[in-house]
Amino acid sequence: MIFDLRQIETKDPRPKTQDQDQRSKIKDPSSKISPNRTMNISLFITCLVDQLWTSIGVSSVEVLRRVGCEVEFDKRQTCCAQPAFNTGYRDEARQVARRFISIFEESKAEAIVSPSGSCTAMVRHYRELFADDPQWLARANAIAAKTHELSSFLIRVLKVEDVGASWKGRLTWHDACHGLRDLNLKTEPRTLIRNVRGAEFVELEHADACCGFGGTFSVKYPEISVAILDQKIEAIEGAGVDAVVSGDASCLMQIGGRLSRKGSNVRVMHLAELLAADGIDKKRGL
Amino acid sequence: MNHLSSETFRENARAALQDVHLRGALKNATSLFGARRKEAAANLPNWEDLRNQARAIKDDALLHLDRYLEEFERNAESRGAKVHWARDAAEANSIIVRLGIDRQARTVVKSKSMTTEETHLNTALEAAGMQVVETDLGEYIIQLAEETPSHIIAPAIHKTRRQISELFTAELGMPPTDDIAQMTRTARATLRDRFAAADVGVSGVNFGVAETGTIVIVENEGNIRLTTSLPPIHIAVMGIEKVIPRFADLDVFLKLLPRSGTGQRLTTYQSFITGVKRASTDEGPEELHIVLLDNGRSRMLDHPLTRQSLACIRCGACLNACPVYQQIGGHAYGSVYPGPIGAVITPQLMGIEKTSQLPYASSLCGACREVCPVKIDIPRLLLHLRAEIAPRKGGIAERLAFKTWARIMTSPALYRLSSAAGRIVQRVIPISRAWTKGRDMRPIESKSFHDLWNE
Repeated sequence: MIFDLRQIETKDPRPKTQDQDQRSKIKDPSSKISPNRTMNISLFITCLVDQLWTSIGVSSVEVLRRVGCEVEFDKRQTCCAQPAFNTGYRDEARQVARRFISIFEESKAEAIVSPSGSCTAMVRHYRELFADDPQWLARANAIAAKTHELSSFLIRVLKVEDVGASWKGRLTWHDACHGLRDLNLKTEPRTLIRNVRGAEFVELEHADACCGFGGTFSVKYPEISVAILDQKIEAIEGAGVDAVVSGDASCLMQIGGRLSRKGSNVRVMHLAELLAADGIDKKRGL
Repeated sequence: MNHLSSETFRENARAALQDVHLRGALKNATSLFGARRKEAAANLPNWEDLRNQARAIKDDALLHLDRYLEEFERNAESRGAKVHWARDAAEANSIIVRLGIDRQARTVVKSKSMTTEETHLNTALEAAGMQVVETDLGEYIIQLAEETPSHIIAPAIHKTRRQISELFTAELGMPPTDDIAQMTRTARATLRDRFAAADVGVSGVNFGVAETGTIVIVENEGNIRLTTSLPPIHIAVMGIEKVIPRFADLDVFLKLLPRSGTGQRLTTYQSFITGVKRASTDEGPEELHIVLLDNGRSRMLDHPLTRQSLACIRCGACLNACPVYQQIGGHAYGSVYPGPIGAVITPQLMGIEKTSQLPYASSLCGACREVCPVKIDIPRLLLHLRAEIAPRKGGIAERLAFKTWARIMTSPALYRLSSAAGRIVQRVIPISRAWTKGRDMRPIESKSFHDLWNE
């Protein structure tokens, strides 16, 4: 068998000089906004962000530090177990979930914060994995109670509505399903976005409709997944925006992958990236 | 498109996606139903309370189902109805066929009933020499087209106006027209004769009230009123989960059902049938038979999680809200009950052997749960079913992949190693063509977040 390189079809939307830039962001926290309270937080970086979209992690660190958080990152972390859980492999999911719980319960941080509604929701689902195991159930519930999605953490816990971001352009918001329906995040991201200086926010038609990703669904039934996605793309194109923002890297991969395939000029951006934007480089973090 | 199997879901769905007429019809119908439902729900200030009440009533009814069914039977029979218990589809059909044969029935008129679709009653009656006529307009259309319903409350939702017009011209000799009123008149004229000639009327049941033995059926066309009142015998087929404890409970359900289904505040007709006529001079059928059907339902009662599957009032709102159903329609599921609730109840009614693809036919977006008037946690049930299916039907490659995945994800060293390997591998091997056929793939970062943090 000969590997056909053209089959790979990977397109890298990131600027080439990103690594240097991102390292310095982690090392040098920028100016702080004084929030109502400060906290020590443990960062939960999802496997997708770790492997495919590091600028979301870097931006999260930047935003959290800017609002006065002490950020720690436990390097032993890997994944929240969602792929196995959603596909039906509960034993495998339990192994990975137990490890997640063990690692994060060692942390002295007051909260665990993640730039993902879906993975945060997964941690809340742990109780279903340990329904028959009272000890692990208690541990799972304790971890779930202190795990927050980024926008929810900023608004509901820290009571910060303006993180001092600025970004010039017209943008819209896609409600990622698990953030919206499992965590009830609707106003939180919108409030944060509306406070970004220079950004013109427009509501997306059917913003709460699924993008068709669905993890295992997107590879088991790619044709249906893309058909659903095309409804979302149509709405985005109709909105006349420079960028579409969302709270989950998975949806953004799905939406971004199709926009890129269609040669669209609309860019995808994670909420963390938008909130970290300083208004100088419109291309940064993508 | 008709009579597809759940085993070929993937192929069915692919074919459906190629059908432009189907997708146009689906888009119109599901968005219209969806918008109407939303408006109707918003117009009731206590919508959430009603949902909670409805669910609590259903939970109570299901928890004490044996008691309520016996109460229902007692009260229905004290008013002159005859209640039959059917373990499965075959038993239900043979009861009904026997009733027809004993009364030398030649023509059976039917009103829309998903439960009789489930038992394939028409086939059984026809095999026994009876002519069966569907009288719901949508059901009549698909009967003429020799298809199956593709939606719980709108059986012909997949058909366009033009397709129906051509069908009526071919089957009923209607002059070609695209006037809906003209088409409806044609169907109505044909059906009226059938009603007049019918020996037996078969209906479904929306609610069976234990307290009074009343069956309640809602509709818009009036055909159910005719089916249940004109022929001398009325046979009602009722899933055992349709029983509710009290007459007053209907207040909640009759607010939720039409609003969730069609966005109506009230359906045009609501029939409350309690027993048979009291005096020989009264109008109405001489006999009322109620067939209580289990057909796999009692299996769902065992587990508190799966029990909620039986709370469904068959409004169809989850179908309209489902992004998957919106794209492929109902036939692709290859099951009597399509869409999210179909993907939940079909494997439980029929077993997972032939239906194992259905619980995966969802992005788990949760839109179904959001619109469900009885708050069934459909995504959670889909996940529960996936957990039953994956270890048995997942395939060696998939099972191995997840075992390996778990090994990697529980070991930081292996995780680092595979992350490094992934960067090299993605340069030589197309990792997932399933993904890249329609979407570009974002490449793995040259340095992971772990790497960046270390530096």
